[in-house]
Amino acid sequence: MSIGHTLLGLLEGGPRHGYDLKRAFDERFGHDRPLHYGQVYSTMSRLLKNGLVEVDGIEHGGGPERKRYAITDAGITDVEHWLTQPEKPEPYLQSVLYTKVVIALLTGRDAADLLDVQRAEHLRLMRDLTQRKRGGDLSDQLICDHALFHLEADLRWLELTAARLGQLAKAVRS
Amino acid sequence: MSGHDAISGQDAPAEEPRPRVSVARWAADLAMGARFAVTGGRESWARTIMTAVGVGLGVALLLLASSVPTAYALRGERSDARAALGFQEDPKPGPDTIRLGQASTTYRDQDIDGLVMAPDGDSPPKPPGISHIPGPGQMWVSPALKKLLDSDDGELLRERFPYRTIGTISHDGLSGPSDLRYYAGLSHKTFDRGIADYRIDRWGTKNAGKPNPLDPALLLLIIVGCVVLLLPVVIFIATAARFGGERRDRRLAALRLVGADTHMTRRIAAGESLFGSLLGLAVGTALFLLGREIIGGVEVWGVSFFSSDIVPSTPLALAVAVAVPASAVIVTLVALRGIAIEPLGVVRNAAPKRRRLWWRLLLPLLGLALLLPLAGGFGSGSAGGDRKAYQAAAGAVLLLIGVTALLPWVVEAVVERFGGRGSVPWQLATRRLQLSSGTASRAVSGITVAVAGAIAIQMLFATVQDQNTERTGQDPHRAQLMANVPVADGAQARDAFARYRATKGVRDVLGVTEDYVSDVHRDKDDPSTYPEESLTVADCTSLREVIRITSCENGDVFLVDSPSYYGEGAGFAKPGAQVNLSFDDEGEPDLSRKKLWTIPASATKVKPRQDPTGGERTGIFATPGAFDVADLPDPRAVAMIRLDTSVPDATEYVRNASAVLSPTMDVMRLSSTSQSEEFTVIRKALFIGATATLLLIGASMIVTTLEQLRERKRLLSVLVAFGTRRTTLSWSVLWQTAIPVVLGLALSIAGGLALGVMLLKMVGQPLAVDWTGLATMTGVGGGVILLVTLVSLPPLWRMMRPEGLRTE
Amino acid sequence: MTPAGSLLIATSLHKTYGHTPALEGADFSIHPGEVVAVMGPSGSGKSTLLHCLAGIVKPDSGSVHYNGRELTSLSDAERSGLRRGEFGFVFQFGQLVPELSCVENVALPLRLNGTRRKEAEARASAWMERLEVADVAHKRPGEVSGGQGQRVAVARSLVTGPRVLFADEPTGALDSLNGERVMELLTEAARESRTAVVLVTHEARVAAYSDREVVVRDGKARDMAGVR
Repeated sequence: MSIGHTLLGLLEGGPRHGYDLKRAFDERFGHDRPLHYGQVYSTMSRLLKNGLVEVDGIEHGGGPERKRYAITDAGITDVEHWLTQPEKPEPYLQSVLYTKVVIALLTGRDAADLLDVQRAEHLRLMRDLTQRKRGGDLSDQLICDHALFHLEADLRWLELTAARLGQLAKAVRS
Repeated sequence: MSGHDAISGQDAPAEEPRPRVSVARWAADLAMGARFAVTGGRESWARTIMTAVGVGLGVALLLLASSVPTAYALRGERSDARAALGFQEDPKPGPDTIRLGQASTTYRDQDIDGLVMAPDGDSPPKPPGISHIPGPGQMWVSPALKKLLDSDDGELLRERFPYRTIGTISHDGLSGPSDLRYYAGLSHKTFDRGIADYRIDRWGTKNAGKPNPLDPALLLLIIVGCVVLLLPVVIFIATAARFGGERRDRRLAALRLVGADTHMTRRIAAGESLFGSLLGLAVGTALFLLGREIIGGVEVWGVSFFSSDIVPSTPLALAVAVAVPASAVIVTLVALRGIAIEPLGVVRNAAPKRRRLWWRLLLPLLGLALLLPLAGGFGSGSAGGDRKAYQAAAGAVLLLIGVTALLPWVVEAVVERFGGRGSVPWQLATRRLQLSSGTASRAVSGITVAVAGAIAIQMLFATVQDQNTERTGQDPHRAQLMANVPVADGAQARDAFARYRATKGVRDVLGVTEDYVSDVHRDKDDPSTYPEESLTVADCTSLREVIRITSCENGDVFLVDSPSYYGEGAGFAKPGAQVNLSFDDEGEPDLSRKKLWTIPASATKVKPRQDPTGGERTGIFATPGAFDVADLPDPRAVAMIRLDTSVPDATEYVRNASAVLSPTMDVMRLSSTSQSEEFTVIRKALFIGATATLLLIGASMIVTTLEQLRERKRLLSVLVAFGTRRTTLSWSVLWQTAIPVVLGLALSIAGGLALGVMLLKMVGQPLAVDWTGLATMTGVGGGVILLVTLVSLPPLWRMMRPEGLRTE
Repeated sequence: MTPAGSLLIATSLHKTYGHTPALEGADFSIHPGEVVAVMGPSGSGKSTLLHCLAGIVKPDSGSVHYNGRELTSLSDAERSGLRRGEFGFVFQFGQLVPELSCVENVALPLRLNGTRRKEAEARASAWMERLEVADVAHKRPGEVSGGQGQRVAVARSLVTGPRVLFADEPTGALDSLNGERVMELLTEAARESRTAVVLVTHEARVAAYSDREVVVRDGKARDMAGVR
């Protein structure tokens, strides 16, 4: 995920302090991993350097320095560009699971068992996500669904591979 | 459950502007439908076959019905051609005349027609069916009679015919295959020995081929009868054209998906129906030909037909050939009117139009309106008979059709009221009927016509029959048989009685011999004549059966006044009076060659008594000691015979004995009441017809029920999964059948009673309801309900097995 | 595994249809209130396992123990009675009686048990409310959407307060949104009433509503709870 673009997008609504930015980000997107403040600081200084944001003002007080950032026109253009550019679909051609299955077959281990265990693991995660989804709001549901659909895709692959294990075993051993 | 399969609230599709469809387009679509009927896989084959068999059954019946006129005509022609009618004036004996005697007899319950004959010359006319006139002691027999004579059953009958069989009567001389008939040759000498004879110079009747105008009342009965029996068949054909309709609709929906328009689908459906009904026409013809062969060997109500006689009349057969496929197509199109076949499925119009009552009521009311003015004025003699007959027939037909048209409305209206109350099976059944009462009512509507008509005609017949069933006055406890023995003189009579007494199975013979005597003085009122009285000679035992006497000894003479003619004591037969026994050839008292007998002075006056045949005798009664029976110049002998009921076939022994006395003598069986046989036959025919229709309708109900069950195989399995009992579903099938049938029967009883009342009023008979007939019809209706349910149960239970849940 | 406290335990079930073996030594167990997904490729015998567990089909051999009773030795009538009273069923499609209204469909199992119509329909209405289909109570199944129909079916399966609910691909005919709503309502209602749910599905996202899954492959069932 491009944190820079996300923070720029959040700034479009109006100037914010760095701390506000972190809170806004965490609230919307940081379900699993909240941003470190350092991360915000380093990203903002990079954006500042590139002229995508500018410092709107500095509050001095008893505490740490609090800069207020605002987005520049170049920044707006950059967000626009980012949003209109489609994301490159992930080809998922490098699969650890596939490698594991082939090695299991080559070494005469139980590949079906491996797949079953993997499925159980996947389902466990899906169960957690489903649980979370039930308690959460719409954004929770959408985020969880995204993950669930991916996991489901993996599971389908697991099913398909399980069904073709015999064929695969012949192919890798020849 | 399939959401889009029947989403409601969607209107029927807006009619697209009708494109001009070329004949070629039509033909192509119809042909496509026909192809679907064959190539649509097992399902559409099953549907086509069901339709074909259903339509075939109907067509066979229609063809059979359309053969009746021809069959009767052909049969009638042959009967006419062999008629040997005697006339007032016999032709003078000549080379081309033949002397005949009616020698018909009865064997057990079968009537055998027979003629004894002796040609007067070398070129006598011969009846159709035989190659030459049988010589004395020879006989021609019909194949059926030959079969009877050759069988073990005919052993007793063989004794009755002292003739040698020289051949069988051919087809030309027979009315039907079961015709029992013989022609026997006698010598003129035998004829002369007291055989009632006459002469003819040709066979056949003059009015052969000239149909009598039908009695309007008979016409009325025939028309109503045809409607009663054929309307259900037509309804059945219409029902058969709808078999498997729901599946067909789904298939058509698939066609819509690949681009067929509404009109096209309708034409394709029509083509499918057309093919099925054409196949049905073929099946029907085959069934008819088969049935013809079977009927050729069967005797129904004493009537039998040759297979070759059963030929459908050409116009009627053509009408069947055209009307049946046409009606199948029309029925299909009408059935499709209420649904919209959409690409994604079949949409039944969400709120099917409520059936309208007004025109359904209009029909029977119109019928009643036509019938009412005829009340009391319908007789064969009344003026405008023809017009009245048609009016009556039209009224009856309208009333019956009206009752049928009312049924769907009644079923719908009644079922709507049920509103989901009651037990689970009841709820399932009523809800099902609420969803589609049309299918059920259509099937039942056939019952309505058949039963209503049967009840009405039944009522008419029951009344007429009541009046025709009279007390005959005969007393079968005193004697069971009566024979009028033709005798030349009193001695022969004595011999005849003796012969009967010696016959096996006879317990007792009451023999009376009677003749006429005349006064020796001219009648005071009409001087041209002499008063006559009968003289009966019999022994005391026999006399006790005919007059009231307390004591009797041989030698006694009794007198019974005949009050109607002479008043008390006014007759000339008085003790001591002389009577004349001589009559001339014309049967007039012959006083010129008078033969006198004096009534003994000891003769006592007594009262008459009804004899076993129900008659009362008057005149002079003499015991053989007082009057020698041999002195009677032209006596008639009456034997009243008591049978030994423990001897089987006692009657036949007596008949055999009679045949020896004279081949032309018949023996009458005494019974206390006489019932016109025709009425019994028609009653039976009505019941058989109505029952057959009910069964036919039962068959189509079974088909629709099974179809419906098959449609919901999966649902049944699901119901089983959550623990539904077999009995629950069985009851729901029973209710589902019973509700429309019961409503149909109720309606038909109402309609039948109404029509019956009208018919009775028309012929001016008192009202009488034939409760047994009603009960029987109701019973048969109940039987049909049970039958449909019972036949549906095994498939139902088979479908309730959990295997139906497996989807893969 | 046959842990103590199980409500329904099946051991080494065998079932053959014709010459095709459907189950070859399948084991299964479920606790009250537990939702167990039965997964596996199509034709693996999932549905047959469910039918055997529910006493719809008699296995050729093996035992099914429910609440201390051996299902395989019960008569057909006894098993039917058990299904009426203690089990509930949801299937993929074709399960609602088309001529009955939705509320009558839901009330049907109660009525089969002899409950009077008024009471049965009152209880049915309450369940329909819970499954958010109260508004279609008086429509016929043909007049409601697929998701509504399936929720009506779920209401019907729960209306008798069953101890085990058997669901065979309950969302198979629905889109994912409707399917998930049905699963949510179903599992929620089942958990609340401590009803055990045997959920046959081939969809992982539906299986994710379960507490644990059992995988059926080649006629054998593998409990994945202990795997790790």
